[in-house]
Amino acid sequence: MIKFNKVTRDFARRGRALDEVSFELRKAEFAFLTGHSGSGKSTTLRLLHLADRPTSGEVRVCGFSSDLTSDREVWKLRRRVGMVFQDFRLLPGRTARENVEFALEVTGASRSEILPRANRLLAQVGLSAKGGARAEELSGGERQRVAIARALVNEPQVLLADEPTGNLDERASRGIMELFRELNASGMAVLMATHDLELIRAFPSIRTLELSEGRLVFDSSLSPAATTGGS
Amino acid sequence: MHAIREALAAVRRAPLLTGLSAGMVALALYVVGLFGLATYNLHQALTRVEERVEVVAYVRDDARDEEISMAEQDLLAMEEVEQIRFISKEEALLAAREDLPEFEDLFTGMDVNPLPASLEIVLRPGFRTPDVVARVANRLSVYPFVEDVRYGQEWVDRLYLLQRIGAMATMFLGGAFALVAGLIIGTAIRIAIFARREEIYIMRLVGATNGFIRRPFLLEGGLTGLLGGILAAAFTFGSYLVVSRAVFQLDWMPLDWILMGIVAGALFGVIASAFAVRKYLREV
Ligand SMILES: Nc1ncnc2c1ncn2[C@@H]1O[C@H](COP(=O)(O)OP(=O)(O)OP(=O)(O)O)[C@@H](O)[C@H]1O
Ligand SMILES: [Mg+2]
Repeated sequence: MIKFNKVTRDFARRGRALDEVSFELRKAEFAFLTGHSGSGKSTTLRLLHLADRPTSGEVRVCGFSSDLTSDREVWKLRRRVGMVFQDFRLLPGRTARENVEFALEVTGASRSEILPRANRLLAQVGLSAKGGARAEELSGGERQRVAIARALVNEPQVLLADEPTGNLDERASRGIMELFRELNASGMAVLMATHDLELIRAFPSIRTLELSEGRLVFDSSLSPAATTGGS
Repeated sequence: MHAIREALAAVRRAPLLTGLSAGMVALALYVVGLFGLATYNLHQALTRVEERVEVVAYVRDDARDEEISMAEQDLLAMEEVEQIRFISKEEALLAAREDLPEFEDLFTGMDVNPLPASLEIVLRPGFRTPDVVARVANRLSVYPFVEDVRYGQEWVDRLYLLQRIGAMATMFLGGAFALVAGLIIGTAIRIAIFARREEIYIMRLVGATNGFIRRPFLLEGGLTGLLGGILAAAFTFGSYLVVSRAVFQLDWMPLDWILMGIVAGALFGVIASAFAVRKYLREV
């Protein structure tokens, strides 16, 4: 499903963000990606969405290779791989439902199916009652649910989440985790970047990958006995 | 559907800018329209003049009839020549008396006819051009019985030159205005892209195709160009009316020319915004 093969990403001024990182994520697998600030988590996720390209090495996602997929074809990958962020990135001034409808509309859903599908997606993330509320009127947890609903419009096989709970309190974070677990249970691979060690400890069964200064320093699937969190 | 709605929304969001872009396109096409009108009328005038283009050879008084009829056979064999009329001295005098009645006294008082006989050579349509006229005139001048050859060469030459200058001025001025119009459309599209950068980001994030993202902007450019084309046609028609009333009667251009101009405007708008989209969509 996901394969990083000796992926290096150099930035002109900031130097090496990722250094020969290799790992795989199988179908319907759930993994945390952790590491302290600047260790390369966001860079990893951006590479997986082909929002960025490796300096060397190859990224493979859902059959798309970073070597073979042109910028013009990236949209195909984006429909297979949903993505959410710490800052939600909803369209301001629009309701929760309109935010989901927008994603459906711009990816070619037919007019008659847009509304029922948006309602179904909102129900799936537990927001049926809030569909008519504008983005600004929602709590952080609710906004993240809208963002997740939006990421699901094309029924992706992979969900990438960059610090999805970074702006949420513990209760809301647990709610989002529950939702991810449900999605994962229904067959979706989830890769979630977080530096919330408590959250990671609360889910010991979930695989953890740790980055440090651009290197993959820990993979719980290879050394399950080790404790997560490095230092 | 989405594209049309978004393009119209963009026009509504920045009506001044759309108006300005359309105005510049209109100005560019108005220049083209004015020169088009002038060129068309010159062309009409030229056709009318051309119908009368003929070469006249004045015949010496001592020319022999056989000489002349042999020359006639010769000339008629040329593919450029449609018809040859022989005007005798008497006919020339009669025609002169009719054309110039004021000089009737003068004509009656004369005991010798001063007017020469002449051959009027009418050219076939399609051969009434300066170079053919010159060629036939040259051919005529070698006959010993020909005293002199006249044709409206300067006139024909001047009209052709005018037509060519008109076409050149149309290209240069129209091109200059079109360039400015293109720059303004580019700026308008850039502003439209910037105003929608959040939507564009989300579209890319969820997997909208590049074409889908571009289309509203291309359509907006096309609409601007279309509007400019229609305005230009209106301006040109207004100018035609004014000139026809106040100066001299002009012919209005055929409908295809107008439609071609409007379509060109729309096409130009699409092309200008395609450049802008290529350039600016990467920046958001
Ligand atoms: N577009 C960019 N241009 C230059 N340097 C970049 C860029 N993006 C990331 N970097 C650098 O790459 C390194 C890794 O950044 P990244 O955002 O992946 O870290 P992170 O693990 O997500 O950190 P955080 O936990 O703070 O979000 C950092 O040193 C960062 O400065
Ligand atoms: Mg980050």
